[in-house]
Amino acid sequence: MDRRVVITGMGICAPNGISLQAFGKSLSMGISGIEHRPDLKELNFGCQIAGFPKVDQSHIDNYFTKIQQRGLKASGLIYGVIAGKDAWTDAGLPIDNEAEPDWDSGIIFGTGILGVDKFREAIYLVDQGEVRRLGSTSVLQTMASGISAYLGGMLGSGNQVTTNSSACSTGTEGLIMAYDRIIQGRAKRILVGSCSDSGPYVWGGFDAMRILPRQYNDNPQAASRPMSASASGFIPASGAGALVVESLESATERNAKIYAEILGGSINSGGQRGSGSITAPNPVAVRRCIRSALEHAHITAEEIDAINGHLTATVKDPEEVRNWKKALSLNRDSFPYLNSFKSTIGHGLAAAGSMECVGAVLQFKRKEIFGNVNCKDLHPEIEKEISPDRIPIKTLGYEPKIIAKASFGFGDVNACVIFKAFKE
Amino acid sequence: MEKSPNYDDLLQIIQPYLPEDVASDQVGPKSHFVEELNINSAHLVDIVLDVEDKYDIILENEDMDQMQTVEKAIDLIQKKLAAK
Repeated sequence: MDRRVVITGMGICAPNGISLQAFGKSLSMGISGIEHRPDLKELNFGCQIAGFPKVDQSHIDNYFTKIQQRGLKASGLIYGVIAGKDAWTDAGLPIDNEAEPDWDSGIIFGTGILGVDKFREAIYLVDQGEVRRLGSTSVLQTMASGISAYLGGMLGSGNQVTTNSSACSTGTEGLIMAYDRIIQGRAKRILVGSCSDSGPYVWGGFDAMRILPRQYNDNPQAASRPMSASASGFIPASGAGALVVESLESATERNAKIYAEILGGSINSGGQRGSGSITAPNPVAVRRCIRSALEHAHITAEEIDAINGHLTATVKDPEEVRNWKKALSLNRDSFPYLNSFKSTIGHGLAAAGSMECVGAVLQFKRKEIFGNVNCKDLHPEIEKEISPDRIPIKTLGYEPKIIAKASFGFGDVNACVIFKAFKE
Repeated sequence: MEKSPNYDDLLQIIQPYLPEDVASDQVGPKSHFVEELNINSAHLVDIVLDVEDKYDIILENEDMDQMQTVEKAIDLIQKKLAAK
């Protein structure tokens, strides 16, 4: 039997919204979650702005017991649990304390590095000879798989519970991994997501690489400018997105709502060969990844209505657009709509793929293509490839049938997934 | 110096670590932390740290092994305080 895979629940903890409704509204209206950070200024960062979810104590009380809150410092873990639990509930799935694990449900929740602030605390204590004072959750909050471990316990998941990590492609990669496992019939549903911590210790390395803009510290909302001629670097961000990926059979059986179908996808690497390196994507691999996703999904380039790119707002955006153009072999006027959500979210690093997949899929429900904020000055190199009306600067009322989403990451790794509006 | 430990002080330290389905009135002087109160054994480490902070004492690994009930914890703290 040919299995089909659908999305039945979503959750989000993004810089510009901590609920599907708020996030959808922000993307639709172009509301930015990027703000000035006094801590970064204090620490002499070149880029003193960032996108981060505005989580307060009342959120934390809703998702963590008092005891779980003791010594809780891993911000990525907090974001991931909020998004993960919300996605589960949104899918109409129970959170109960049955003695029997839920053997049919798994978790693939990725991250780049978890609990950096907790780890910093531990390093200070260890260096002071106070290792005995670390407490019981130092390991749990700083192991990469801490996020899937926390969620696994909260949901009682009895299938595969793991954490993937592939830099900025983590979230999109996880979605394809979950798709594969469900297609194989080894799980009925998988909570997929990814998260990334906030703070100077995560973002500092990027500041040191001089790939973040330094001239927008007084004007944070104008700083992230994907595809624009004035794009000068990405804005670091944090947060989490989560999606419940489920076999159509299981979704139908329990009469679940369906956001979209996942038609297929592709994951590859450029091997850091050719013009690829540990930080720059090999364009041959990017195009191959996109084409292979189309083949896997059994669709043609002409069928794609919209693309949500990786498009981080660095000088590399025109190259990404050229890769899409070559991979799809479409002419400049018939190109699908193209957008990037990083203008209002920033670049969520390991969380980027999952937050943006949630955003991309929300476009089906809202019957919109979200606009590209800060892109009035479209890059001339991009305009050569694609007609400007395909890159809307304001949100468009439009009912997409097929959306392609790609994420690319350090290590020369790529992931591309194809979503389709659900039809029986 | 901290006053000598009593049952209510200890209960206050333990309470945050009780599983949701265990009410604090179920805790008696002789209830076993792990076996009867279902406190996650990993959290005994945190209880020890909280006790250390409150009474300004240091509990070694052997002490932790002995500290299995409220009563035994009070005994242990009294001994540590007396030895200070």
